[in-house]
Amino acid sequence: MRLTVNGEAHEVAPRPGQCLRTLLRELGWFGVKKGCDAGDCGACTVHLDGEPLHSCLVPAFRAAGRSVTTVEGLAGPCGPQDGVPAQLHPVQQAFVAAQGFQCGFCTPGMVMTAAALDQSQRRDLPAALKGNLCRCTGYRAISDAIAGIDEPAGPPCDRSPPAPASAAVVSGRARYTLDLDVAGALHLKVLRSPHAHARVLRIDASAALAVLGVVRVLTHADAPDRLFSTARHENPADDAADTRVLDPVLRFVGQRVAAVVAETEAAAEAGCRALVVDYDVLPACLDPERALDPDAPLVHGRRPTGADAPPLHPHPNLAAEAHGEIGDVAAGFAAADAVHEGTYVAQRIQHAHLETHAAVGWRDPDGRLVIRSSTQVPFLTRDALCALFDLPRKAVRVECGRVGGGFGGKQEMLTEDLVALAVLATGRPVRWELTRTEQFTATTSRHPMRVRVRLGARADGTLTAIDLGVLSNTGAYGNHAGGVLHHGCNEVIAVYRCPNKRVIGYSVHTHTLPAGAFRGYGLSQTVFAVESAMDELARALNLDPFELRRRNVVRPGDPMVSTSLEPHDVQYGSYGLDQCLDRVAEALAAAPPPAPPGWRTGSGMALAMIDTIPPRGHHAEARIALRPDGLYALSVGTVEFGNGTATVHGQIAAERLGTTPDRIVLRQGDTDAVAHDTGAYGSTGTVVAGQATLRAATALAATLRQRAAALLGTDPGSCRLAGDAVVAGDARVPLADLAPAEALGRADGTPRSVAFNVQGFQVAVHPGSGELRILRSVHAADAGRVINPVQCRGQIEGGVAQALGAALYEDLGIDSEGRVATPSFRTYHVPAVADVPRTAVIFADTHDGIGPLGAKSMSESPFNPVAAALGNAIRDATGARLTATPFAPDRIYQQVMNAAGRRDEEERWT
Amino acid sequence: MDLNSIADVVAPRARAELPAWQPGDAWLAGGTWLFSEPQDGIGRLVDLPSLGWEPHAVTAEGLQLAATCTIAALDRLELPAGFTAAPLIGQCCRALLGSFKVWNAATVGGNLCLALPAGPMIALAVALDGLCLIWTPGGGERRLAVRDLVRGPQETTLAPGEILRRIDLPAAALARRTAFRRISLSPNGRSGALVIGTRDPAGTFALTVTASTRRPVRIDLAAMPAASALAAALDAAIPDGLWYDDVHGAPDWRRHVTGLLSEEVRAELAEDAA
Repeated sequence: MRLTVNGEAHEVAPRPGQCLRTLLRELGWFGVKKGCDAGDCGACTVHLDGEPLHSCLVPAFRAAGRSVTTVEGLAGPCGPQDGVPAQLHPVQQAFVAAQGFQCGFCTPGMVMTAAALDQSQRRDLPAALKGNLCRCTGYRAISDAIAGIDEPAGPPCDRSPPAPASAAVVSGRARYTLDLDVAGALHLKVLRSPHAHARVLRIDASAALAVLGVVRVLTHADAPDRLFSTARHENPADDAADTRVLDPVLRFVGQRVAAVVAETEAAAEAGCRALVVDYDVLPACLDPERALDPDAPLVHGRRPTGADAPPLHPHPNLAAEAHGEIGDVAAGFAAADAVHEGTYVAQRIQHAHLETHAAVGWRDPDGRLVIRSSTQVPFLTRDALCALFDLPRKAVRVECGRVGGGFGGKQEMLTEDLVALAVLATGRPVRWELTRTEQFTATTSRHPMRVRVRLGARADGTLTAIDLGVLSNTGAYGNHAGGVLHHGCNEVIAVYRCPNKRVIGYSVHTHTLPAGAFRGYGLSQTVFAVESAMDELARALNLDPFELRRRNVVRPGDPMVSTSLEPHDVQYGSYGLDQCLDRVAEALAAAPPPAPPGWRTGSGMALAMIDTIPPRGHHAEARIALRPDGLYALSVGTVEFGNGTATVHGQIAAERLGTTPDRIVLRQGDTDAVAHDTGAYGSTGTVVAGQATLRAATALAATLRQRAAALLGTDPGSCRLAGDAVVAGDARVPLADLAPAEALGRADGTPRSVAFNVQGFQVAVHPGSGELRILRSVHAADAGRVINPVQCRGQIEGGVAQALGAALYEDLGIDSEGRVATPSFRTYHVPAVADVPRTAVIFADTHDGIGPLGAKSMSESPFNPVAAALGNAIRDATGARLTATPFAPDRIYQQVMNAAGRRDEEERWT
Repeated sequence: MDLNSIADVVAPRARAELPAWQPGDAWLAGGTWLFSEPQDGIGRLVDLPSLGWEPHAVTAEGLQLAATCTIAALDRLELPAGFTAAPLIGQCCRALLGSFKVWNAATVGGNLCLALPAGPMIALAVALDGLCLIWTPGGGERRLAVRDLVRGPQETTLAPGEILRRIDLPAAALARRTAFRRISLSPNGRSGALVIGTRDPAGTFALTVTASTRRPVRIDLAAMPAASALAAALDAAIPDGLWYDDVHGAPDWRRHVTGLLSEEVRAELAEDAA
């Protein structure tokens, strides 16, 4: 059949069950993204004869004789290989002007949808955009883009130059992981375990190998007999090595059983269906509360307790343990006038970055193994592949395209190991793209936690004791089990001055989907518990919740202590928590916007502190070179996945080199770019990698001043970098005359500072239906000096929106057989425009003494105080304390009923 | 998504060209559900839009909707002034979980045959006394009230090989006053309860409950009930096991909010009458 795409005629023969999305991508139109492949996310939106459609739902044969416009062709006719159009479409321009994207993976679909809206639809974006999901921005910037509201721009720092890839992102020309045609690439598909716990007795691959197009079946017999952790940390020993590429023991529903590599995805799927596997089904432990029972089914057999779990509670299902006490907690409670004890439950949630995990691998002309992957940690992934396959570092390269969101989910090696195995086994390029359902059922999640909090205070509000009991469910594997548990038990109580503190925490194995790194890294779960408990304590003492915090939060000079008095490298590089509390208190003192009659209103707040860098070393290297053309080439290892580092690094270098970000050409996310980079996790893209960039740029600036001074016969101190030249008085040396020059910068992530976030809400609750409306949302952040206010605001808005999803809707439930009960966006509700209120973002006025140019990290932390602030507001409005997230209307209704007495409520509301 | 198990697509231009139904066949209307999930058991698609059915027609008897009429076409429909129930159409279209882009492809018949509890076209057609015209294998036809079409979640009374051809909404039903209420766990989420009340000029009241129940429930009363009478009628019509239980709402909540919404609907129509 014939179809026209962006003015270009294609003669094609689609497969009978093919959808338009994959047909367009096969033709090279990579602007058509896959977020869900099910019509829920909108990333694949195209216009078919002018009508907007989710191309993943359109049978390809229906495009016969018709005309398709993709995001590449919105501005005018073009070819698949063309670059960014000279003139963007007005909607594309508006998305650039308003910076209406972060990772940008949803952007092509947003742009194509926005371009199709009429005036009445533009006035009702919650309805018009309900089929478009963005996980990064929180939608404010997208709504502004569609409304035509610009962000002010102007270089270099303290202003907000747009992301350098803006035009490529909005025109669909930015290349994400799989947006390239790898000639001859095979497709990989995985057969996944139907059982929560089983042993593979036999895999009969003969029928699968007989499927036309199947090249190879890989089973545990083909995999290295070697254990690793999918978690990636600077020190690989941080995580228990308990995982094999393919393992004959299956520990959760969804674990890899075998992989089929074939000429087409269809053949690989058919091969998986044709595999015959005999399982010995074993008893499974699904309940974390029972995981340490003497007779609990063992997840990793009778192995000794992990190195990270000292044997206070030796049990083979114990993945990690945190315990410690300062002062005398029992005496502290004895001295208290009021004690609150409560148990709070934070559920399992998914990262839901719009680009699913994916990797493609091949051998380069030198025989090197190259893996192009959607990862936050290319260097650590390379190192893991080297260890797994006995390869020297120089034999492996890991590179990223633009990465479509991460949120911690890509601080894991979840695809690269198997793709590498397949490349090594077949000698051919291999690609593997996870489906959205695999993303939900077979990757990682936030650690579900049950947190018991006991707080004691004197009548004046002074805390006398803090006692935490944490049970974290790490699932089948121990990736991030210890790190999340320890981090989750640290800043949450270190933020309070209290002489007596105790933590007893366990992270246990169950036969469920492994948990892993997730934005907040344990803190969102424990902050929900402690900040809810602080609210109850304030009520018991009849104190204002802000006042209770002010009386107890640490201030510069106070030691920051959780349960250990050991020295550490966290310092008050700056302190703005007082400002954050005051500003949110002021905002909540205003009368709330009107609520509908009969709804109850209330307000709530919560705070969170976070160390700006993960502990125990986080390394980055930056290399900056002056090129003969007078531009600067900056190479960094850290990855851009929507965190804005591509912009910020250019800004930092530009400020130090006295130029503009457009003169900085950035290369990042590639193990060939620099020697080492720990990775873009723990909110380090600016504060560690940016520090390296700052040091490199500082060194290069010094070199250039010296060279110019030598040429001019003057003192380097009188030379100044100014745009494309070095000037000294009236004398001027063009940069091109000073090239080539190069400098290196390194950062090791120590010492560390602290950042603060305070969230406030005013809400209305319908006590009959449990419906909730957020009347006002305000978030104050102490990010030090804010290098790019627009991006930093976007990080906060996006963090609040993602946290609202976790607080209100999202629940990656596990059923009685161990299966994920919500394997799609249709069953796992990620916030859409209608679900996210505008959040007023306020920055504290501070300048950090540790971070680069005074900056602190602000990626993960806005997420952390949101659920507690919302629960506290609901408590204020209704009298009901919700102790488990999410606060969906059916749960609010139940709790309000319980709190008020069922009969009274029935009389009042029916 | 690609449905890689599909080996063949048949695009008949007339009923006579319809292939004899065989196991593994699926009727393809808009495709917005079929292409949204893996369909490993399906090997052949029979493309119904190829039959070229007129999407809709207003006749003396009322409104005829082809099964292949898209939600978007239904929403754009201009109806005669006497059809006081017309606003219900737009309300039900907006109750679809899918976006307006899905409306451009999703069909009325597809929504009925998918038989999800939250299917808003089911609610619309049951509330307006919809009657199905069904093509039976071998060239025959039969008629069936829409309220009898849906048996439970994703379960209909259609026999293998039967095709939903058309839905007729009688003029008398379209001349009723209507009231619509809907609630979900998120503002624009999948309906947790959807309640429609209708009142005809003679005073007859009917209540249609969907989304909160496993199949549509219709309560017909000769006159506007008092609040307590309506609550009793709901209790009598919906036994505990009929409340739907899935991730879009707990059954006790669905029951409770169905009561709230039903009373709001009753009050609105009673006020209209006064």
